Amino acid sequence: MQNHPVYTDNDPQTELSTLNLGPTHPATHGVFQNVLQLDGERIVSGVSTIGYIHRAFEKIAEHRPFYQITPLTDRLNYCSSPINNMGWHMTVEKLLGIETPKRVDYLRIIIMELARISDHLICNSVLAVDTGAATGFFYVMEYREAIYEIYEEVCGSRLTTNIGRIGGFERNFNAIAFSKLRKFLKEYPVVLKEFENLTKRNRIFVDRTKDVAAVTAETALNYSWSGPILRATGVDYDVRAMEPYSSYEDFEFEVPVGENGDVYSRYLVRNEEMWQSLRLIEQALAKIEKEPSDIFHADVPDFYLPPKEEVYNNMEALIYHFKIVMGEIPTPNTEVYHAVEGGNGELGFYLVNDGGRSPYRLHFRRPSFINYQMYAPMSKGMLLSDAIINMSSLNVIAGELDA
Amino acid sequence: MGKLTNEDLLKKINDKFKDSVTVLGEPFGLVTLETGREQIIEVLTWLKNEPALQFNYLTDITAIHYPEQEKSFGVIYHLHSLTNNVRVRLKVFLKGDDVHIPTATVVWDGANWMERETYDFFGVIFDGHPDLRRILNVDDMEAFPMRKEHPLEDPNRVDKKDYFFGR
Repeated sequence: MQNHPVYTDNDPQTELSTLNLGPTHPATHGVFQNVLQLDGERIVSGVSTIGYIHRAFEKIAEHRPFYQITPLTDRLNYCSSPINNMGWHMTVEKLLGIETPKRVDYLRIIIMELARISDHLICNSVLAVDTGAATGFFYVMEYREAIYEIYEEVCGSRLTTNIGRIGGFERNFNAIAFSKLRKFLKEYPVVLKEFENLTKRNRIFVDRTKDVAAVTAETALNYSWSGPILRATGVDYDVRAMEPYSSYEDFEFEVPVGENGDVYSRYLVRNEEMWQSLRLIEQALAKIEKEPSDIFHADVPDFYLPPKEEVYNNMEALIYHFKIVMGEIPTPNTEVYHAVEGGNGELGFYLVNDGGRSPYRLHFRRPSFINYQMYAPMSKGMLLSDAIINMSSLNVIAGELDA
Repeated sequence: MGKLTNEDLLKKINDKFKDSVTVLGEPFGLVTLETGREQIIEVLTWLKNEPALQFNYLTDITAIHYPEQEKSFGVIYHLHSLTNNVRVRLKVFLKGDDVHIPTATVVWDGANWMERETYDFFGVIFDGHPDLRRILNVDDMEAFPMRKEHPLEDPNRVDKKDYFFGR
């Protein structure tokens, strides 16, 4: 394609220029560095340096009881914290053998799909910004705010949500949360449609993104890619469909796949996933109507903190509270791997437990980390401006990259 | 999808690697195997290429440290067969003074950073790795921080000791 020449000749200029892309650069959307060797505008080689915001979560987790690890997971992919939170809760529930009621599963799906929308929304609109269209970004940002307001009603915080508890939610969804959710469902499709109209067939956007950084399915699988960027290459691997968790098997949704694995396909896949997420939320709302409205957590007093008013007035609740906080309750001595479909792909939690109050070993399988390792090799021969677009379409989140 | 059961998988593995692979169990339905570092690449390659299994997706590589065991380091591989929708976990235990294991980058290019991360935190040396440097920690760091001999908190701190709580 004429617009995006990928140079293959082995005769570069004798003097290459070095460009430090990052660690802090608006186009990197996070703190990580690429040292690029440039021949004019063409990238000859690149070296990725990461770890600038490494916070040793895996080590910290070995010293914390299970319920205190949730706030650490917030800070992995902070564009969709609730998915990380719930993925962690479900891992612990799997370990402890806790069965959650259907209503809890559906409420979780609502929150997780909202998080997915906000994640993809940022990625796609920032991709548009990087191609020069700032309008769409400012327009849809209002609806990320609407999503954050729903989180706020449910858990009290916005970005690093710490939403839910092991066994369910810390409180029931209130009427304001539902009304905000309905308002969002009514208004957002119009906006998403308009954003699509702005970009999907926009000549400038399509020219900038089509056939950029095209990846074949074999290469993507070889590099263990997952999530929208893997599906853009045509592999229909979605954890929600392959290994349904949180009752995803009760829902009807489609797993969109792309054809070329290029930046434009990734954009299309993310866009379609937002429509599917809206479908899932609609279905979940309908299903919740049929469930008893006062259930928002599993009946597991051994692991679910009792309400504070009971702790102060009721002996039994006080004992449970004490036992949970002090980690007095025995847990199985085994290991568990649980994966959820995060905003960027398969977010896995590998938890090795020795029966104590905190994990013996906890490993996060972080999709951004694994997806990003191909960035430097795939940038070879690309134009610098294409490499920037490629980076925003990979949606690398520094928190998830470094853990 | 979903044609391959754990029994079939175990039978196939037993037929092929009767002596070199032992089954550790199936916690939560995930077949867990142990093998030695001499066979690990052969086992990984076979699992990936065997037409009936096709564990073509390397989910994760990580490690674990059990200081009290003779073979104190475990390298843990998670594989996923996308065609059969089955996962498998492989473990290789290494002695603390000889933490060498062949690299899996010959099977999957994606193993590159996973092994670098494992090296960075546990000091497991992947022989033949194209670029075995630290990845998240600073280059001049000397310790391997996820090893259990490095406590996170002040080891003299007593307010969290179990005996204060009757444990």
